[in-house]
Amino acid sequence: MELLQQPWPWYVAGALIGLTVPALLILGNKHFGISANLRHACAACFPAKIPFFQYNWKKEAWNLFFVGGILIGGLLATQFLSDPNPVQVAPALLSELKEYGIEDHSKVLPKELFSIDALFTLRGLIMLVGGGFLVGFGARYAGGCTSGHSIIGISNLQVPSMIATAAFMAGGFLMANLILPFILKL
Amino acid sequence: MPGVFNKISVETNTAPTFVDTDYEARAQDTMCINESHLQHKWYHNLKYAAVGILFGIAFTKAEVISWFRIQEMFRLQSFHMYGVIGTAIVVGMLSVWLIKKFKVKTIYGEAIEFHPKKFNKGQIYGGLIFGLGWAMTGACPGPLFAQIGAGFLVIAVVLLSAVAGTWVYGYFRERLPH
Repeated sequence: MELLQQPWPWYVAGALIGLTVPALLILGNKHFGISANLRHACAACFPAKIPFFQYNWKKEAWNLFFVGGILIGGLLATQFLSDPNPVQVAPALLSELKEYGIEDHSKVLPKELFSIDALFTLRGLIMLVGGGFLVGFGARYAGGCTSGHSIIGISNLQVPSMIATAAFMAGGFLMANLILPFILKL
Repeated sequence: MPGVFNKISVETNTAPTFVDTDYEARAQDTMCINESHLQHKWYHNLKYAAVGILFGIAFTKAEVISWFRIQEMFRLQSFHMYGVIGTAIVVGMLSVWLIKKFKVKTIYGEAIEFHPKKFNKGQIYGGLIFGLGWAMTGACPGPLFAQIGAGFLVIAVVLLSAVAGTWVYGYFRERLPH
Protein backbone atom coordinates (compact mmCIF):
# COMPACT_ATOMS: atom_id res chain seq x y z
CA MET A 1 0.00 0.00 0.00
CA GLU A 2 2.80 2.39 0.90
CA LEU A 3 4.44 1.60 -2.40
CA LEU A 4 1.22 2.56 -4.19
CA GLN A 5 0.97 5.81 -2.26
CA GLN A 6 4.38 7.06 -3.25
CA PRO A 7 4.65 8.75 -6.64
CA TRP A 8 4.94 6.00 -9.23
CA PRO A 9 8.14 5.75 -11.25
CA TRP A 10 8.00 6.88 -14.88
CA TYR A 11 8.37 3.39 -16.33
CA VAL A 12 5.35 2.04 -14.43
CA ALA A 13 3.09 4.93 -15.40
CA GLY A 14 4.45 5.05 -18.94
CA ALA A 15 3.78 1.34 -19.43
CA LEU A 16 0.21 1.67 -18.09
CA ILE A 17 -0.46 4.64 -20.36
CA GLY A 18 0.98 2.70 -23.30
CA LEU A 19 -1.24 -0.29 -22.50
CA THR A 20 -4.29 1.92 -22.89
CA VAL A 21 -3.66 1.74 -26.65
CA PRO A 22 -4.19 -2.05 -27.03
CA ALA A 23 -6.83 -2.09 -24.28
CA LEU A 24 -9.11 0.28 -26.20
CA LEU A 25 -8.41 -1.44 -29.51
CA ILE A 26 -9.14 -4.91 -28.18
CA LEU A 27 -12.20 -3.85 -26.17
CA GLY A 28 -13.94 -2.40 -29.19
CA ASN A 29 -11.73 -1.13 -32.01
CA LYS A 30 -11.38 2.28 -30.35
CA HIS A 31 -8.50 4.65 -30.97
CA PHE A 32 -7.09 6.43 -27.97
CA GLY A 33 -7.70 10.17 -28.39
CA ILE A 34 -8.84 12.47 -25.66
CA SER A 35 -9.16 15.89 -27.27
CA ALA A 36 -11.92 14.57 -29.57
CA ASN A 37 -14.19 14.76 -26.52
CA LEU A 38 -13.96 18.54 -26.59
CA ARG A 39 -15.39 18.40 -30.08
CA HIS A 40 -18.11 15.95 -29.04
CA ALA A 41 -19.04 18.45 -26.32
CA CYS A 42 -19.43 21.13 -29.02
CA ALA A 43 -21.42 18.79 -31.27
CA ALA A 44 -23.71 17.81 -28.41
CA CYS A 45 -24.25 21.21 -26.80
CA PHE A 46 -23.73 24.02 -29.32
CA PRO A 47 -23.37 22.72 -32.89
CA ALA A 48 -24.71 26.06 -34.24
CA LYS A 49 -25.05 24.69 -37.78
CA ILE A 50 -21.25 24.55 -38.14
CA PRO A 51 -20.50 21.65 -40.53
CA PHE A 52 -17.55 20.54 -38.36
CA PHE A 53 -19.98 19.77 -35.54
CA GLN A 54 -22.68 18.11 -37.65
CA TYR A 55 -22.31 14.45 -36.83
CA ASN A 56 -23.85 11.91 -34.53
CA TRP A 57 -21.74 12.46 -31.40
CA LYS A 58 -23.61 9.66 -29.65
CA LYS A 59 -21.60 7.21 -31.73
CA GLU A 60 -18.56 8.50 -29.88
CA ALA A 61 -20.13 8.17 -26.44
CA TRP A 62 -17.55 5.55 -25.47
CA ASN A 63 -14.93 8.31 -25.37
CA LEU A 64 -17.02 10.39 -22.97
CA PHE A 65 -17.22 7.33 -20.71
CA PHE A 66 -13.45 7.01 -21.01
CA VAL A 67 -12.76 10.59 -19.86
CA GLY A 68 -15.39 10.21 -17.16
CA GLY A 69 -13.28 7.29 -15.97
CA ILE A 70 -10.15 9.46 -16.01
CA LEU A 71 -11.91 11.95 -13.74
CA ILE A 72 -12.93 9.17 -11.34
CA GLY A 73 -9.38 7.80 -11.49
CA GLY A 74 -8.01 11.18 -10.43
CA LEU A 75 -10.51 11.24 -7.57
CA LEU A 76 -9.70 7.69 -6.39
CA ALA A 77 -5.94 8.24 -6.59
CA THR A 78 -6.26 11.43 -4.54
CA GLN A 79 -8.67 9.99 -1.95
CA PHE A 80 -7.10 6.61 -1.38
CA LEU A 81 -3.56 6.60 -2.71
CA SER A 82 -2.51 10.10 -1.79
CA ASP A 83 1.04 10.87 -0.74
CA PRO A 84 1.06 13.42 2.12
CA ASN A 85 4.49 14.76 1.22
CA PRO A 86 4.93 17.86 -0.95
CA VAL A 87 5.29 17.26 -4.68
CA GLN A 88 8.85 16.79 -5.87
CA VAL A 89 10.01 19.74 -7.90
CA ALA A 90 13.44 20.32 -9.45
CA PRO A 91 15.36 22.78 -7.22
CA ALA A 92 16.19 25.02 -10.20
CA LEU A 93 12.50 25.35 -11.03
CA LEU A 94 11.54 26.03 -7.40
CA SER A 95 14.01 28.88 -7.07
CA GLU A 96 12.92 30.36 -10.38
CA LEU A 97 9.24 30.19 -9.44
CA LYS A 98 10.03 31.87 -6.12
CA GLU A 99 11.00 34.99 -8.06
CA TYR A 100 7.44 35.12 -9.38
CA GLY A 101 5.93 34.63 -5.96
CA ILE A 102 5.03 30.98 -6.53
CA GLU A 103 6.10 28.95 -3.53
CA ASP A 104 3.30 26.47 -2.95
CA HIS A 105 4.20 22.97 -4.03
CA SER A 106 2.15 21.03 -1.52
CA LYS A 107 0.01 19.72 -4.39
CA VAL A 108 0.50 19.16 -8.12
CA LEU A 109 -0.82 22.63 -9.01
CA PRO A 110 0.48 25.74 -7.20
CA LYS A 111 -2.39 27.62 -5.54
CA GLU A 112 -0.90 30.96 -6.59
CA LEU A 113 -1.84 30.11 -10.17
CA PHE A 114 -4.62 27.53 -9.95
CA SER A 115 -7.36 28.73 -7.64
CA ILE A 116 -10.53 30.77 -7.85
CA ASP A 117 -8.64 33.76 -6.42
CA ALA A 118 -5.95 33.43 -9.08
CA LEU A 119 -8.60 33.31 -11.78
CA PHE A 120 -9.46 36.93 -11.00
CA THR A 121 -5.89 38.13 -11.52
CA LEU A 122 -4.56 39.02 -14.96
CA ARG A 123 -1.89 36.34 -14.68
CA GLY A 124 -4.34 33.65 -13.67
CA LEU A 125 -6.85 34.66 -16.30
CA ILE A 126 -4.27 34.46 -19.09
CA MET A 127 -2.95 31.10 -17.91
CA LEU A 128 -6.25 29.37 -17.18
CA VAL A 129 -8.60 30.81 -19.76
CA GLY A 130 -6.00 31.69 -22.42
CA GLY A 131 -4.05 28.46 -21.93
CA GLY A 132 -7.17 26.33 -22.06
CA PHE A 133 -8.33 28.06 -25.23
CA LEU A 134 -4.98 27.41 -26.95
CA VAL A 135 -5.06 23.76 -25.90
CA GLY A 136 -8.55 23.26 -27.35
CA PHE A 137 -8.00 25.26 -30.51
CA GLY A 138 -4.54 23.83 -31.19
CA ALA A 139 -5.45 20.22 -30.51
CA ARG A 140 -8.29 20.24 -33.02
CA TYR A 141 -6.33 22.25 -35.59
CA ALA A 142 -3.54 19.68 -35.29
CA GLY A 143 -6.08 16.83 -35.54
CA GLY A 144 -5.26 15.40 -32.14
CA CYS A 145 -3.44 15.95 -28.89
CA THR A 146 -0.72 14.11 -27.00
CA SER A 147 -2.82 10.95 -26.81
CA GLY A 148 -4.02 10.82 -30.43
CA HIS A 149 -0.80 11.97 -32.06
CA SER A 150 2.09 11.42 -29.65
CA ILE A 151 0.98 8.06 -28.30
CA ILE A 152 -1.24 6.14 -30.71
CA GLY A 153 -0.18 8.08 -33.83
CA ILE A 154 3.53 7.46 -33.28
CA SER A 155 2.79 3.90 -32.10
CA ASN A 156 1.21 3.34 -35.50
CA LEU A 157 4.27 4.93 -37.16
CA GLN A 158 2.33 7.85 -38.63
CA VAL A 159 4.65 10.57 -39.94
CA PRO A 160 2.02 13.37 -39.54
CA SER A 161 1.80 12.44 -35.86
CA MET A 162 5.56 12.71 -35.47
CA ILE A 163 5.43 16.15 -37.09
CA ALA A 164 2.58 17.20 -34.80
CA THR A 165 4.46 15.95 -31.74
CA ALA A 166 7.56 17.91 -32.77
CA ALA A 167 5.32 20.99 -33.09
CA PHE A 168 3.78 20.36 -29.63
CA MET A 169 7.26 20.24 -28.13
CA ALA A 170 8.45 23.30 -30.04
CA GLY A 171 5.43 25.30 -28.86
CA GLY A 172 5.97 24.13 -25.30
CA PHE A 173 9.66 25.04 -25.25
CA LEU A 174 8.84 28.44 -26.71
CA MET A 175 6.16 29.16 -24.13
CA ALA A 176 7.97 27.81 -21.05
CA ASN A 177 11.28 29.48 -21.75
CA LEU A 178 10.54 32.65 -23.67
CA ILE A 179 6.94 33.74 -23.11
CA LEU A 180 5.84 32.32 -19.75
CA PRO A 181 8.43 34.33 -17.72
CA PHE A 182 6.68 37.53 -18.86
CA ILE A 183 3.24 36.17 -17.97
CA LEU A 184 4.42 34.95 -14.57
CA LYS A 185 5.81 38.43 -13.80
CA LEU A 186 2.37 40.01 -14.22
CA MET B 1 -14.47 -11.28 -77.07
CA PRO B 2 -12.18 -9.86 -74.43
CA GLY B 3 -14.04 -6.54 -74.43
CA VAL B 4 -17.15 -8.10 -72.96
CA PHE B 5 -15.22 -9.77 -70.18
CA ASN B 6 -13.46 -6.53 -69.39
CA LYS B 7 -16.78 -4.80 -69.16
CA ILE B 8 -18.13 -7.40 -66.79
CA SER B 9 -15.09 -7.27 -64.55
CA VAL B 10 -15.20 -3.46 -64.47
CA GLU B 11 -18.82 -3.56 -63.48
CA THR B 12 -18.23 -5.96 -60.62
CA ASN B 13 -15.37 -3.79 -59.38
CA THR B 14 -17.44 -0.64 -59.30
CA ALA B 15 -20.25 -1.99 -57.22
CA PRO B 16 -21.96 1.02 -55.65
CA THR B 17 -20.12 1.91 -52.46
CA PHE B 18 -22.09 3.34 -49.61
CA VAL B 19 -20.57 6.59 -48.41
CA ASP B 20 -21.23 7.27 -44.78
CA THR B 21 -21.21 11.06 -44.59
CA ASP B 22 -21.62 11.08 -40.85
CA TYR B 23 -18.42 9.10 -40.51
CA GLU B 24 -16.69 11.48 -42.93
CA ALA B 25 -17.67 14.44 -40.77
CA ARG B 26 -16.60 12.79 -37.54
CA ALA B 27 -13.29 11.67 -39.04
CA GLN B 28 -12.26 15.22 -39.96
CA ASP B 29 -9.20 16.40 -38.07
CA THR B 30 -9.19 13.54 -35.67
CA MET B 31 -6.95 10.60 -35.01
CA CYS B 32 -9.16 8.65 -32.77
CA ILE B 33 -12.00 7.51 -34.89
CA ASN B 34 -12.92 4.02 -35.79
CA GLU B 35 -16.24 2.83 -36.94
CA SER B 36 -17.42 -0.28 -35.25
CA HIS B 37 -20.05 -2.03 -37.27
CA LEU B 38 -21.61 -3.45 -34.18
CA GLN B 39 -24.32 -1.83 -32.12
CA HIS B 40 -24.24 -2.27 -28.41
CA LYS B 41 -26.34 -1.24 -25.46
CA TRP B 42 -25.04 1.82 -23.58
CA TYR B 43 -23.64 -0.16 -20.67
CA HIS B 44 -21.04 -1.72 -22.96
CA ASN B 45 -19.40 1.69 -22.67
CA LEU B 46 -18.70 1.07 -19.00
CA LYS B 47 -15.67 -0.99 -19.92
CA TYR B 48 -14.11 2.16 -21.40
CA ALA B 49 -14.83 3.95 -18.15
CA ALA B 50 -12.95 1.17 -16.36
CA VAL B 51 -9.92 1.68 -18.63
CA GLY B 52 -10.26 5.42 -18.00
CA ILE B 53 -10.19 4.88 -14.23
CA LEU B 54 -6.93 2.91 -14.40
CA PHE B 55 -5.50 5.46 -16.79
CA GLY B 56 -6.55 8.35 -14.53
CA ILE B 57 -4.94 6.69 -11.52
CA ALA B 58 -1.70 6.20 -13.48
CA PHE B 59 -1.78 9.85 -14.61
CA THR B 60 -2.30 11.08 -11.09
CA LYS B 61 0.19 8.81 -9.35
CA ALA B 62 2.95 9.45 -11.88
CA GLU B 63 2.44 13.22 -11.48
CA VAL B 64 1.72 13.59 -15.19
CA ILE B 65 -1.02 15.94 -14.01
CA SER B 66 1.54 18.08 -12.16
CA TRP B 67 2.08 21.56 -13.57
CA PHE B 68 5.61 21.38 -12.17
CA ARG B 69 6.43 18.23 -14.13
CA ILE B 70 5.42 19.87 -17.41
CA GLN B 71 7.50 22.95 -16.60
CA GLU B 72 10.49 20.71 -15.81
CA MET B 73 10.03 18.89 -19.11
CA PHE B 74 10.07 22.07 -21.18
CA ARG B 75 13.02 23.47 -19.21
CA LEU B 76 14.98 20.19 -19.43
CA GLN B 77 15.14 20.05 -15.64
CA SER B 78 13.94 16.50 -15.23
CA PHE B 79 13.83 13.27 -17.19
CA HIS B 80 10.52 12.15 -15.67
CA MET B 81 8.06 13.20 -18.41
CA TYR B 82 10.37 12.05 -21.19
CA GLY B 83 10.50 8.69 -19.45
CA VAL B 84 6.71 8.48 -19.13
CA ILE B 85 5.98 9.50 -22.73
CA GLY B 86 8.87 7.43 -24.10
CA THR B 87 7.77 4.27 -22.27
CA ALA B 88 4.16 4.82 -23.33
CA ILE B 89 5.21 5.11 -26.97
CA VAL B 90 7.42 2.01 -26.83
CA VAL B 91 4.67 -0.06 -25.18
CA GLY B 92 2.06 1.34 -27.59
CA MET B 93 4.26 0.65 -30.61
CA LEU B 94 4.94 -2.94 -29.54
CA SER B 95 1.23 -3.49 -28.92
CA VAL B 96 0.21 -2.13 -32.32
CA TRP B 97 2.91 -4.24 -33.98
CA LEU B 98 1.71 -7.38 -32.18
CA ILE B 99 -1.93 -6.64 -32.99
CA LYS B 100 -1.07 -6.26 -36.68
CA LYS B 101 1.28 -9.23 -36.79
CA PHE B 102 -1.07 -11.69 -35.12
CA LYS B 103 -4.21 -10.05 -36.54
CA VAL B 104 -5.62 -9.78 -33.05
CA LYS B 105 -9.39 -9.31 -33.00
CA THR B 106 -11.57 -7.34 -30.61
CA ILE B 107 -13.46 -9.14 -27.85
CA TYR B 108 -16.45 -9.09 -30.21
CA GLY B 109 -14.43 -10.81 -32.93
CA GLU B 110 -14.10 -7.76 -35.19
CA ALA B 111 -10.86 -7.11 -37.04
CA ILE B 112 -8.91 -4.19 -35.53
CA GLU B 113 -8.52 -1.37 -38.04
CA PHE B 114 -5.89 1.31 -38.44
CA HIS B 115 -6.27 4.35 -40.64
CA PRO B 116 -3.27 6.13 -42.12
CA LYS B 117 -3.24 9.85 -41.41
CA LYS B 118 -2.62 12.42 -44.11
CA PHE B 119 -0.26 15.31 -43.56
CA ASN B 120 -1.65 18.82 -43.54
CA LYS B 121 -0.18 22.12 -42.34
CA GLY B 122 -2.61 22.14 -39.44
CA GLN B 123 -0.42 19.60 -37.71
CA ILE B 124 2.34 22.23 -37.60
CA TYR B 125 0.31 25.39 -36.90
CA GLY B 126 -2.14 23.68 -34.62
CA GLY B 127 0.66 21.71 -32.97
CA LEU B 128 2.55 24.89 -32.14
CA ILE B 129 -0.59 26.53 -30.72
CA PHE B 130 -1.33 23.41 -28.68
CA GLY B 131 2.24 23.41 -27.34
CA LEU B 132 1.94 27.03 -26.22
CA GLY B 133 -1.22 26.18 -24.30
CA TRP B 134 0.21 22.95 -22.88
CA ALA B 135 3.16 24.76 -21.31
CA MET B 136 0.81 27.38 -19.78
CA THR B 137 -1.82 25.13 -18.25
CA GLY B 138 0.62 22.30 -17.63
CA ALA B 139 -2.01 19.91 -18.90
CA CYS B 140 -3.03 18.37 -22.16
CA PRO B 141 -6.69 17.34 -22.40
CA GLY B 142 -6.36 14.00 -20.52
CA PRO B 143 -4.80 15.40 -17.35
CA LEU B 144 -7.43 18.17 -17.25
CA PHE B 145 -10.06 15.56 -16.40
CA ALA B 146 -7.81 13.90 -13.81
CA GLN B 147 -7.03 17.29 -12.21
CA ILE B 148 -10.74 18.03 -11.79
CA GLY B 149 -11.16 14.59 -10.21
CA ALA B 150 -8.18 15.28 -7.95
CA GLY B 151 -10.13 18.18 -6.49
CA PHE B 152 -8.89 21.17 -8.47
CA LEU B 153 -12.32 22.39 -9.42
CA VAL B 154 -10.98 25.61 -10.94
CA ILE B 155 -9.65 23.45 -13.81
CA ALA B 156 -13.25 23.20 -15.00
CA VAL B 157 -12.67 26.75 -16.25
CA VAL B 158 -9.65 25.56 -18.27
CA LEU B 159 -11.68 22.68 -19.67
CA LEU B 160 -14.58 24.93 -20.68
CA SER B 161 -12.11 27.29 -22.28
CA ALA B 162 -10.63 24.36 -24.22
CA VAL B 163 -14.15 23.46 -25.43
CA ALA B 164 -14.56 27.10 -26.49
CA GLY B 165 -11.24 26.91 -28.34
CA THR B 166 -12.41 23.80 -30.16
CA TRP B 167 -15.67 25.53 -31.08
CA VAL B 168 -13.86 28.60 -32.43
CA TYR B 169 -11.65 26.28 -34.48
CA GLY B 170 -14.75 24.62 -35.93
CA TYR B 171 -16.20 28.04 -36.75
CA PHE B 172 -13.10 29.26 -38.62
CA ARG B 173 -12.01 25.87 -39.96
CA GLU B 174 -12.70 26.58 -43.64
CA ARG B 175 -10.73 29.83 -43.54
CA LEU B 176 -7.62 28.43 -41.82
CA PRO B 177 -4.63 27.13 -43.80
CA HIS B 178 -4.45 23.35 -43.87
